[in-house]
Amino acid sequence: MLTGLIGKKIGMTQMTDAAGRVRAATVLTLGPCTVSQLKTAATDGYEAVQVTFGKKKLNRVTGGERGHFARANIAAGIRSGEFERRGEGELKLGQPIAAADVFKVGDQVDVTGVSKGHGYAGVIKRHHFSGFPGSHGTHEYFRHGGSIGNRSYPGRVRKGMRMAGQMGNETASILNLEVIEILADDNAVVVSGAVPGPDGALLVVHHAARPRRRANVKVANA
Amino acid sequence: MNTVIQKLEERGLRKDLPEFRVGDTVRVHVKVVEGEKERIQSFEGIVIKINRGANRATFTVRKVSYGVGVERIFPMHSPRIDKLQVLTRSRVRRARLYYLRNLSGKAARLDVAT
Repeated sequence: MLTGLIGKKIGMTQMTDAAGRVRAATVLTLGPCTVSQLKTAATDGYEAVQVTFGKKKLNRVTGGERGHFARANIAAGIRSGEFERRGEGELKLGQPIAAADVFKVGDQVDVTGVSKGHGYAGVIKRHHFSGFPGSHGTHEYFRHGGSIGNRSYPGRVRKGMRMAGQMGNETASILNLEVIEILADDNAVVVSGAVPGPDGALLVVHHAARPRRRANVKVANA
Repeated sequence: MNTVIQKLEERGLRKDLPEFRVGDTVRVHVKVVEGEKERIQSFEGIVIKINRGANRATFTVRKVSYGVGVERIFPMHSPRIDKLQVLTRSRVRRARLYYLRNLSGKAARLDVAT
């Protein structure tokens, strides 16, 4: 139907598969998303389906949004996004799309969100530098990065030198997570592993762009 | 905690295992896959630790095998546990019996529960 959907992170837990292996899992609220605009090659130059997730407080809806969502005759959502059509199924304005319409158990998905912000972080936290010895003459030089270059050749700091700076609070994608379970009643989807951001963070979930071919993993005694 | 997560975690709980405590000697029947076949293997020892927490709960069983201490951590709600038998109960005054690691032979025995 669509190539993806918008949702929210609920939190993490762990799941046991049939073989008894325990693995980390994240529960997401995925959809229901409402179709807010159908873009066509004739009018927009490309084909896409715009959907919106959640409900925005009325006093936060801008004038432009009000008109845009009124066209589809739906309430303004908190996050909108475009997806491509995938497979069969007709789509019309205002149509709700649930997680089960888009994903099925076993699918591989890419999850995009904004990672947790860690502020202006030093090199130890940000790049896992090991710092300096706590004794043996180290004087007021414990969590520093050390040297950042040579001397008159090259006479500059090389590009990509790892230094302190803003850590997190940037768009991050986790690729090829597996859909472990879909709870249609709760609009919830359980995926393997972790996803960016704190609980409650908005996420865009796509079908995997480059799915991993399923390795023939031997089931060990877990 | 979110109700969806609670629901998921509760679903994974096993309610068929008997109640046991730290200090109990238990026999854990574990399903083991050997090649194509699956069989039951038992692991018998003293429960030295119970780590609680819904579906994340685990317990540690310690035994001495051919003079070597062996500890095995089992997920409490693992489907690989076929069944669990409580053989004897002991009176212990700690929640974690790590001190047994430093004892051997007769000193490593526990008092039988009254």
